[in-house]
Amino acid sequence: MLMDGSWKKRTFKSYNFEALGAPVEYGLIHPLTKIRSELRDIFLGMGFIEMPTNRYVESSFWNFDALFQPQQHPARDSHDTFFLKVPSHCGPLPKDYMARVKKVHSEGDYGSKGYRYDWLEGEAKKNLLRTHTTAISTMMLANLGKNFKPVKFFSIDKVFRNENLDATHLAEFHQVEGVVADHNLTLGDLFGTLNEFFNKLGIRKLMYKPAYNPYTEPSMEIFCYHPGLEKWIEMLLPMGIPESVNVIAWGLSLERPTMVKYNINNIRDLLGPKVNLQLISDNPICRFDLEVEDNDDKSFHE
Amino acid sequence: MLVKEQGEHAGIGGSDEVIYKIEIPANRYDLLCLEGLSVAILVFQSKMQTPVYKALAPSDPKALQRLIIKPETKKIRPYAVCAILRDITFTEDSYASFIDLQDKLHHNLGRKRTLVAIGTHDLDTIQGPFVYDALPPDQIKFQPLNQDREYTAIELMDLYSNHTQLKQYLPIIKDSPVYPIIKDADGVVLSMPPIINGHHSRISVNTKNVFIEITATDHHKANIALDTLVTGFSQYCKNRYTSEICEVSWPDGSKHRTPELPYRKETINAKKLTKYIGINEDAGKVVELLCRMSLSARALGGSSILVKVPPTRHDIIHPVDIYEDAAIAFGYNNIKKTMPNTFTVGKQFPLNKLSSQLTDQIAQAGFTEIISFTLCSREDISTKLNKVIEDIPAVHISNPKTAEFQVARTTLLPGILKAVVGNKSMPLPLKLFEISDVVLLDSTTDTGARNERRLCALYYDKKAGFEIIHGLLDRVMKLLEVPWDKQGGYYLNGIDDPTFFPKRCAEVMLKGTKIGTIGVIHPDVLVSYDIHMPCSAVEINIEPFVHPMK
Repeated sequence: MLMDGSWKKRTFKSYNFEALGAPVEYGLIHPLTKIRSELRDIFLGMGFIEMPTNRYVESSFWNFDALFQPQQHPARDSHDTFFLKVPSHCGPLPKDYMARVKKVHSEGDYGSKGYRYDWLEGEAKKNLLRTHTTAISTMMLANLGKNFKPVKFFSIDKVFRNENLDATHLAEFHQVEGVVADHNLTLGDLFGTLNEFFNKLGIRKLMYKPAYNPYTEPSMEIFCYHPGLEKWIEMLLPMGIPESVNVIAWGLSLERPTMVKYNINNIRDLLGPKVNLQLISDNPICRFDLEVEDNDDKSFHE
Repeated sequence: MLVKEQGEHAGIGGSDEVIYKIEIPANRYDLLCLEGLSVAILVFQSKMQTPVYKALAPSDPKALQRLIIKPETKKIRPYAVCAILRDITFTEDSYASFIDLQDKLHHNLGRKRTLVAIGTHDLDTIQGPFVYDALPPDQIKFQPLNQDREYTAIELMDLYSNHTQLKQYLPIIKDSPVYPIIKDADGVVLSMPPIINGHHSRISVNTKNVFIEITATDHHKANIALDTLVTGFSQYCKNRYTSEICEVSWPDGSKHRTPELPYRKETINAKKLTKYIGINEDAGKVVELLCRMSLSARALGGSSILVKVPPTRHDIIHPVDIYEDAAIAFGYNNIKKTMPNTFTVGKQFPLNKLSSQLTDQIAQAGFTEIISFTLCSREDISTKLNKVIEDIPAVHISNPKTAEFQVARTTLLPGILKAVVGNKSMPLPLKLFEISDVVLLDSTTDTGARNERRLCALYYDKKAGFEIIHGLLDRVMKLLEVPWDKQGGYYLNGIDDPTFFPKRCAEVMLKGTKIGTIGVIHPDVLVSYDIHMPCSAVEINIEPFVHPMK
């Protein structure tokens, strides 16, 4: 019709411009991945190196003992941690390092009094699904050992807890972790780094309380766990890391800020077999920067 | 710290009374009772001096109470410590608090009585020396607390098997050939730790002299529990903040006096402390900060400070714990926020970078990303895929609470199939993908297992759509600069795989090595997952593409 010009002789009905167009076909990126990309950008922008956390099976040694977590600690209970039937135990542990870890637990060392109990190698060799990615940061720091140089690490990856499930808790979730190791770091540096990080997430007013849970305005709560410097001494010195080095670290879950940001009430809509494709489809891009009132470059050094 | 923690408050029901919610850190056992908490707050507010806790021997050496530990206890619960609170005056409130603190210590420090169990007794109803022994259950008979007759230990195990609180403690000793038992000089049973005390020596609000015995599998924690009880409640004794020493005789003949109430001396450097926190204060100010945290401190001249760690603070095991306390007293929000000034260069983990780039590209190709669970049931990765679990190199969990957490997935396919089931109402076709890790047994790694990063994509429609999934694979390979070529690139090699429809399944080969599988899903698999229309899927390992072979 176009070619022979016959369209000129035809009459056409006018279009209805009041109706919506036909739906376009598109692919979609999962909301959790969008938030993860934003967080990765924040970390990379702050000079952090991403850790190789593709290692879900871990030994109790790296998951707990190397972190100065005593062997009777409740977190090591089978009610909280997934232990493995196959493969049940790990292979040989690094001998010298293990001996130093054992000593600092059972008798104390490096100025620490230790926990004073019988430390058992068999307990340390029990395999588990890692309960935090800190197992990897510990290994990264131990690898630095005597050749220490200042580092910043981050990771966003899955961790596992043998927990009771509800609308906001799953047995597996993503942990966001930041670690800074440098000579003479201060608590002020920890708070400064956390401020910078959370400012970029649009959270401006951070308060810190001694339980080491920085808490924020109720509009967007982010629960951080295990930030602080406290237990690192007993962890770092057995690795051969110089005494002047301090480590600051913090963690949060990826799911929590995603649910808050996108107003998702049930985590099962987001993840797993009941994942809601309509939810993924309707989900906007992640723009934390819009939530910062002023220019965040200036907000820090006040 | 306490004052700082009182931030969260809320009025209720029109009353203008302010309710404070105080969060106690898990390692501060001394703050678990109102007595310890109020002392700590008053000291923090500089309204009182830190009490000096003393353990005194009775003036008459013959009056020294003794506890003799028998060798048999080694088999079940080897440690015991004890103390006396002499001439104490309880009120209804303080008595309730005394019982409550024991409950809390049992629960957390004592790890539900496995590590530590506490018994408190009216000393005026019993006669020392006391004997801590372990006896076969049929030789133990006494009237337990709150019962009206005597029971043997065997009967007690039965009696308490349905008891809401006590039944959880029974397994600690149930299968042991001997049960722990504490008796007085006349054979009166004080307690059968860690289950129940005897009725005879029970305490009440009117008890004047309290005998505390603590049995344990962890000696250090037994001492912490004893110090915590004694320091918390000796303020109600006639001679305030004092307790009476007892002597514990060990099977090896050695003798120890408890409570220990140790005052440990630590010399710290004020400069190191302020540098650690990041504040500019002199030694005098640091001393003041520490004193407010119940750590009596004294400047020794220069930067040296002598700190006496009281028996209430067993949580302090390293100088850095003292630094932390000073920071708490200073106020976390008063510390100047700074940035570490070392220059570092950010870098992505190459495997994650590749995953992220592929995620973007596959979404651009019209597929929707899902995120499914790593944990699943044995059936999900075996019988439901027409396979047998014995052939699957899977990591098995020893303590799953439900069947959903039996194994770690060895393939991404079950997660995507389940997502199809959950979204049958969505318009067709469904084009889904996931890039994530599976876990495989691998005897060459330190743990015996390793992750593998996979890409899985699925097409679900009225027709199988193999060519669409195949087209996606071609697209991915093109983006990865891998040619369709049998020598140097990728190709498909038809195979039989029970998960897929016969003759419509191939392995994906890269330079002669299998990296995955592509095909039309077998109808049996669709039925077992409750899917009513055909599907095609591809799943490949993407790790070979991180550092492409030249």
